[in-house]
Amino acid sequence: MTLSMPPIPNLHAIAPEIIVLLTSLLVLLIDLIQLRGKKGGLAFLGAAGLALAGIFSYKLLQHPLATDIPGFAVDAYAQFFKIIFCLAGLMVIGISVRYLTLEGFSLGEYYSIILLAILGQMIMASGTHLLVIYVGLELMAISLYILAGFFKHHPKSNEAAVKYFLLGSFSSGIFLYGIMMAYGLTGSLDLSVIAGKVAGAELTGLLLLAVIMMGAGFAFKIAAVPFHFWTPDVYEGSPTSVTAFMSVGPKAAAFAALIRVFSSAFGTLRVEWTTLFICLSIATMVTGNLVALRQTNIKRMLAYSSIAHAGYLMVGFVAGGELGISSMLLYLRIYAFMNIGAFGVVILLNRVGGIGDRIDDFAGLSKVSRASAFVMLVFMLSLAGIPPTAGFAGKFYIFMAAVKNGYVWLAVIGVLNSAVSAYYYLRVIMRMYMVEPGDEPVLNVSTALSAILLIAVVGIIAIGIFPGFCLDLARTSVTSIL
Amino acid sequence: MPVISLESYLLVGMMLFAFGMFGIITRKNAISVLLGFELVMNAAGLNFAAFSHFTDKTIHGQVFTLFIIALAAAESVVILALIIAVYQKMNTIQIDEIDSLKG
Amino acid sequence: MPESYFPILLLLLIVGALASLILYLSRIIGPHEMTDAKAQPFESGIPAATPHHGSLSIRFYIIAMIFILFDIEVVFLYPWAVLFRRLGLFGFVEVVIFLGILTVGLAYAWRKGGLEWE
Repeated sequence: MTLSMPPIPNLHAIAPEIIVLLTSLLVLLIDLIQLRGKKGGLAFLGAAGLALAGIFSYKLLQHPLATDIPGFAVDAYAQFFKIIFCLAGLMVIGISVRYLTLEGFSLGEYYSIILLAILGQMIMASGTHLLVIYVGLELMAISLYILAGFFKHHPKSNEAAVKYFLLGSFSSGIFLYGIMMAYGLTGSLDLSVIAGKVAGAELTGLLLLAVIMMGAGFAFKIAAVPFHFWTPDVYEGSPTSVTAFMSVGPKAAAFAALIRVFSSAFGTLRVEWTTLFICLSIATMVTGNLVALRQTNIKRMLAYSSIAHAGYLMVGFVAGGELGISSMLLYLRIYAFMNIGAFGVVILLNRVGGIGDRIDDFAGLSKVSRASAFVMLVFMLSLAGIPPTAGFAGKFYIFMAAVKNGYVWLAVIGVLNSAVSAYYYLRVIMRMYMVEPGDEPVLNVSTALSAILLIAVVGIIAIGIFPGFCLDLARTSVTSIL
Repeated sequence: MPVISLESYLLVGMMLFAFGMFGIITRKNAISVLLGFELVMNAAGLNFAAFSHFTDKTIHGQVFTLFIIALAAAESVVILALIIAVYQKMNTIQIDEIDSLKG
Repeated sequence: MPESYFPILLLLLIVGALASLILYLSRIIGPHEMTDAKAQPFESGIPAATPHHGSLSIRFYIIAMIFILFDIEVVFLYPWAVLFRRLGLFGFVEVVIFLGILTVGLAYAWRKGGLEWE
């Protein structure tokens, strides 16, 4: 057991993480100094911190730094994900401000915990050591348990948090046991060392079990069938802003770690785990889309829609290679825009007591507010994958990658599913444009929310028409790990 | 002194893991589920320490055990707070009775 | 020498068997009648003045939970303390950062009234 003096790490390389952590602590401390009063300033501070962290990540993506931090990669791949996390966090903070005040839970710790969850996601995206990935995962998961139950006087929110914890702890136990087995079999936690050991050894049942257990842990976080049972209940019961956050950040972070672990440490077992993920992907797409068809609650519908999207993303993962992974990265970026945007419109309609959560509440929205109906139209079309929105571009590249890498039939299943999904997205559009309004909907318009919806719509249309810039960024990022 | 082999540690770890998983799946009381979760975490922690000593010969596994202890504590504190909130609201901590969200 | 532990194993077995036997016998032989007196928390004492399932103050749980957290975080200080000299200034700065973050948490608990008994 030798011990060498660790070198002082290059702090510039982990600037995004440091900024997010400091902002989180600062938000908490300022909240303590002024217990009462408006919390808008704290939201702004949190958003500013995330924007700064995102800018640093973008700079690091352009000019990657060599770093000497063990178990922590500062490659372009990690930075691409960190930009997604910061963007998603920024949008979620924007849609939260007025919603929290309305529900009477305007508290500073909300923003602090969101920032900590994002810190956990960043650590997951950068980790090249199983301990680092696990700590990031737990930091994110514990923050999300708190956020799911944040409306502590609402029974639904309580229930969502308890259910999330029960199933989350089950999956994290399995994931941990998988790590333990990989460690026992290879004698290392470092992904590159594990890769060397796995390549040299012959395939045993135990090693396969370790791979499956770790895959199950990740599958829970990305809400893949059959690990999706928590999703509809937790999405419905949690505060809507938290649901928006949960549907994007953790999914992206889990994919980030999943891609890194499976393509580097278990890269030589590709044939084995590809079969596994083909099954997961088909089950996820089919179940998600079919069950979404008969939902009447918009949050539950979006929950099943997010399950289905995890399935499309896994098609890209199965296709693999530079094409497959870069199309996944692009799609995750687009997904952040359209999903948080859609939940933003749900918040727009929200009134105390769960009104605005039903799909019927969208009836006649175009008569009440032309702009908000148009915004929802863009999000729904993008989720359904209809041109010229970004959702189409994203799905196009994923299915193209599958076709090029020899999974034509998988791409066909994906396209068919996407056609099925159009039905339930179009149903929302129908309600908005074809049905007369019932009881007059009241909109909670606020500057921050409008700004976020505008950013999301502009982002979706811009990426939909010019996907090249984002795709190039995704390609450069992917080359750093392949 | 008899030497305790790696297999013995793994056997104990496996039993703890099985008991814990059994508890998480079958118990209806939220506190019992939490106990099951603690067993699973500690099963992994025990195995990490054992592998660290027998297979790896470095301290990486033991460091992992320390992190597991701390994370398990953080997680159980959060769930205890949640359970208290649920009890104050619904007057029960039986999981099958906490079921207003329809699947 | 595993053999030297054999008496202890034997003792354990005998104790276990005897205990089970007695419990089993008392279960099948003994009468089972529930009376009001038996349902009392203290069967032979004075009648209870207040309901016995009185709840503890919720403050108690909060303090207990804060205690668990801060108690367990010390787990990271032991390795540092053992290697204090070899880790030098770098280790010291690391621990100060760690404790600084914990202090923010403590300040939060304090300001929100989590540490007050009344």
